[in-house]
Amino acid sequence: MTIEPAGEMPISGNDDVVRVRQLVRTAAASAGFSLVDQTKIVTAASELARNTLVHGGGGSVGIDQTVGDRGKHGLRIVFTDRGPGIPDLEQALVEGWSSGNGLGLGLSGTRRLVDEFSLESEPGEGTTVTVVKWIR
Amino acid sequence: MSHLLRSRRDAVLGRWVELVTEGTRGRMTEGEVRSELTELYGLVEGALTDPGGTTAGELRAALADISRSRARQGFSPTETAVAVFALKRAVHENLDGTGGDAAYADFIDFSAYIDELGLATFETYANAREQVIADQAEQLLELSTPVVKLWDGILGVPLVGTLDSARTQVVMETMLQLLADTGSRYAVIDITGVPAVDTEVAQHLLKTVMAARLMGAECVISGIRPQIAHTIAALGIEFGDIVTKSSLADALAYAMRGSGLRVLSGTDA
Ligand SMILES: Nc1ncnc2c1ncn2[C@@H]1O[C@H](COP(=O)(O)OP(=O)(O)OP(=O)(O)O)[C@@H](O)[C@H]1O
Ligand SMILES: [Mg+2]
Repeated sequence: MTIEPAGEMPISGNDDVVRVRQLVRTAAASAGFSLVDQTKIVTAASELARNTLVHGGGGSVGIDQTVGDRGKHGLRIVFTDRGPGIPDLEQALVEGWSSGNGLGLGLSGTRRLVDEFSLESEPGEGTTVTVVKWIR
Repeated sequence: MSHLLRSRRDAVLGRWVELVTEGTRGRMTEGEVRSELTELYGLVEGALTDPGGTTAGELRAALADISRSRARQGFSPTETAVAVFALKRAVHENLDGTGGDAAYADFIDFSAYIDELGLATFETYANAREQVIADQAEQLLELSTPVVKLWDGILGVPLVGTLDSARTQVVMETMLQLLADTGSRYAVIDITGVPAVDTEVAQHLLKTVMAARLMGAECVISGIRPQIAHTIAALGIEFGDIVTKSSLADALAYAMRGSGLRVLSGTDA
């Protein structure tokens, strides 16, 4: 169940990536995340926002507070783009694999920084990445 | 209504200035408020007389200007809108109660018009505020990062805020230039002020360290706070054989030892 959307914004330039970080930082702090978990979710958002911009050619992000089983609270962040999509999801998630000249750690690392991670992509259609982090 | 605004101009305008000046709680003088409101007053009057005319547009532009300057002066959007709404009260207090139903209906229309204007300032305010924030963010990014000399042969590079490609490029070039100019053997890159290290920042750091190495200098990264250390580890970023220290002081001590310097306390000397 999703309650209280914390924000939705387009990602179309480098300064939007900075804004996404700030938005997530604020949402995570007000939701009551520890400093370590705030930093993890901000870093994950930073990676995904940059992927949306660089690989997806821009898109948007939605941030919601969410309630899961047994009433636990968390933050759900969804990145969407209508870019080229990812032909091979498994390869994209391999640590150190990059189609460009990045470190190739963005997707694989983000998966470890969050509690739930889902990657949906259709070549030619676009990519949606959804992450959730629960408050401990 | 425009008739009343004209015939009782001094009384209504005077009361409006009074109400708004009170609301600014000393952040604007009565004179400033008066000159701002006198202009608005004339435009409201004109817009009411000729609703389809150009004055209505001018009025909105003037309101937008005021809203923007209030945003910069740190007024809240509510305060700005309330200042506009205060005109209703000033007018109401100046109605003599003889107009009957027609005057009443007239006032309701007028009131709705002012509400609309007040709400328009809200929107401009929000946009103006965002612009202010964006400008500030840009200024922060533009602040060139200083590279300082910590000791003979040891440079310090304190990084604060967001590290993007453009800024890292500047830092890297400045640092490499200074390493060459001063013949320094050590550079301490302190990231205490960096809120998050993602793969992009890490890559920039790694490149900088490698470039320094090619010039025969060693970089030490300091100020990796616990939450950043957790994140770097989870991302799988490896700093390899790069020396990292938790504080700038530790890093300086390390570089001094490496330069053959010893720090003695007064009693040892
Ligand atoms: N939104 C996206 N649209 C299209 N391709 C994507 C998208 N996100 C990721 N990819 C592909 O997956 C690969 C791996 O992404 P990942 O974030 O792990 O590495 P990277 O972005 O190349 O480097 P970095 O370590 O700097 O993040 C990318 O190189 C790219 O080919
Ligand atoms: Mg990436």
